[in-house]
Amino acid sequence: MNELALAIPWLGKRNPAAARWVVMALAIGAPLIAMLFGKTWVRILDFALLYVMLAIGLNLVVGFAGLLDLGYIAFYAVGAYTFAFLASPHFELHLPFWLVIPIGAACAALAGIILGLPTLRLRGDYLAIVTLGFGEIVRIFLNNLNHPVNITNGPQGINMVDPLVLFGWDISRPLKIGDEITVNSLFLYYYVFLAFVALSVVLVQRLQVSRVGRAWAAIRDDELAAKAIGINTRNMKLLAFSLGATFGGAAGGLFAAFQGFVSPESFSLMESIAILTMIVFGGMGNLAGVIVGALTLTALPEILRYVAVPVQERLFGHVLLDPEVLRMLLLSLAMIFMMLLRPAGMIPAHSRYSKPELVVGKTAAEAAK
Amino acid sequence: MTTPILQLRDLRIAYGAIEAVKGISLELAAGELVSLIGANGAGKTTTLNAIAGTLGVAGGELLYAGQRIEKLPAHKRLRQGLALVPEGRGIFTRLTVEENLRMGAYCRRDTEAVEADMERIFTMLPRVKERLQQVAGTLSGGEQQMVAIGRALLSRPRLLLLDEPSMGLAPLVVEKIFEVIRTVAAEGVTILLVEQNANLALEFSQRAYVMESGRITLSGSGADLLADPKVRAAYLGEA
Repeated sequence: MNELALAIPWLGKRNPAAARWVVMALAIGAPLIAMLFGKTWVRILDFALLYVMLAIGLNLVVGFAGLLDLGYIAFYAVGAYTFAFLASPHFELHLPFWLVIPIGAACAALAGIILGLPTLRLRGDYLAIVTLGFGEIVRIFLNNLNHPVNITNGPQGINMVDPLVLFGWDISRPLKIGDEITVNSLFLYYYVFLAFVALSVVLVQRLQVSRVGRAWAAIRDDELAAKAIGINTRNMKLLAFSLGATFGGAAGGLFAAFQGFVSPESFSLMESIAILTMIVFGGMGNLAGVIVGALTLTALPEILRYVAVPVQERLFGHVLLDPEVLRMLLLSLAMIFMMLLRPAGMIPAHSRYSKPELVVGKTAAEAAK
Repeated sequence: MTTPILQLRDLRIAYGAIEAVKGISLELAAGELVSLIGANGAGKTTTLNAIAGTLGVAGGELLYAGQRIEKLPAHKRLRQGLALVPEGRGIFTRLTVEENLRMGAYCRRDTEAVEADMERIFTMLPRVKERLQQVAGTLSGGEQQMVAIGRALLSRPRLLLLDEPSMGLAPLVVEKIFEVIRTVAAEGVTILLVEQNANLALEFSQRAYVMESGRITLSGSGADLLADPKVRAAYLGEA
């Protein structure tokens, strides 16, 4: 929150309090602004918040603990399918969401440990390959576990997943206030997701400055030295995998409820890579950067989609390039420019260190105390 | 005779099928400053890592204060007072100097004593105090080595394992580092020093072991080894 406020150009450094209000106002008012452009945009915002949660979770593993995970979407899948199993006509189960989401998160955490255990000794590119394989295994399992016993319903996925019902209030139905005003369910989902994101941010911020967060930073910088100062590197790495997966699992549950159905194709390798791209783009290891990265890279391709089609039609008379192709092109271009211009991301981690005057200012302030 | 603080009995260490240390025995009494010298690839760093627990042991016995510790994981050995300053310094490059030092006290709960130790380390390493808020990766090699030693001291070790503290440093800086090590030793910390710079190590320590292709070939007091013609020929560049 504070980091996000400080990252606002110009205002952030001059008037942090005002900047904080700006962040809050934007977070709360965003769907109203999006509504001006149509309901689709509110939907995109909802998805953007899910991606923010995913990016926050993956950042825990990659940014904090330095373990490159290319199969993160698998935890999203575990969370989503757990929700679909426990709250849909598929198994005739309809458990309430406040039970299903924690169960989904716990299942994802367990999957994180299952992935973590055999990969403890691996680092860097070797770890990346194994995690990539893990992500694909989960997806292929979901795709094929409809035979001989139908568990996942195969490529068709599971339909009619229960919506979120908050204390008897189904938020997938428009909320009527009086006779005049109806609030679209997309708004309601937005605020529920926003609450989850806020909770994640608070949790992760606490984690980052805790003993666990410091242990992760040590492992990321030098694993041998981390061992030498008495950090149980095995447990800390497993904790990073499972906690990171927890966020993915919770987001997955929300996704299943929001979308109403789940199918294996939502959990492809490209999704894992897209989330990693968001982190790298925004600033690995920096919470504010990660949030900005996730929002930007979810919104930009959509904007492009709505601009590219009409522009092409006007110029050439028909659509030459499919917007989906453009999305990948744009992601790649964004990465290339980022690497050239700001290799540490839009809001780099520890930006204070790169500005000696701020550091001096801080020590001076401390000396005055 | 009191129990030695560290004892290696026919210790063997292997990387897969390749045995890097082929059965070595050595002993350190409490308060001693002993060095382990030898050429590149003799197995010095391997030995040190095995003592610290970051590397497994293939055979033999490893005793710390009379207790077998081969099976003890590294983080538990540190809690018993066995600290390693790894080769290449191993500081946390993206954390500040202060954060680095405080990481040394990761396993300690006695906050007040930690603060006192911080102050003590500042007087020992004044250069480090000037740079507390700087990112450790931007320090010079010598300063990084000081931070690494300071960090290890914050765990209040009884036995300090130093892996090539002189590596890649200018002679003047090396001298300063060794002064710090001498101060630490004077405070009663037992030190096992691994060095390639044999001359320096032998002058500096009370006793020394010479390692060659995974075996200990010579041992004795620093002065004796310095005078030994074989040592002079092999490690001090004399014909």
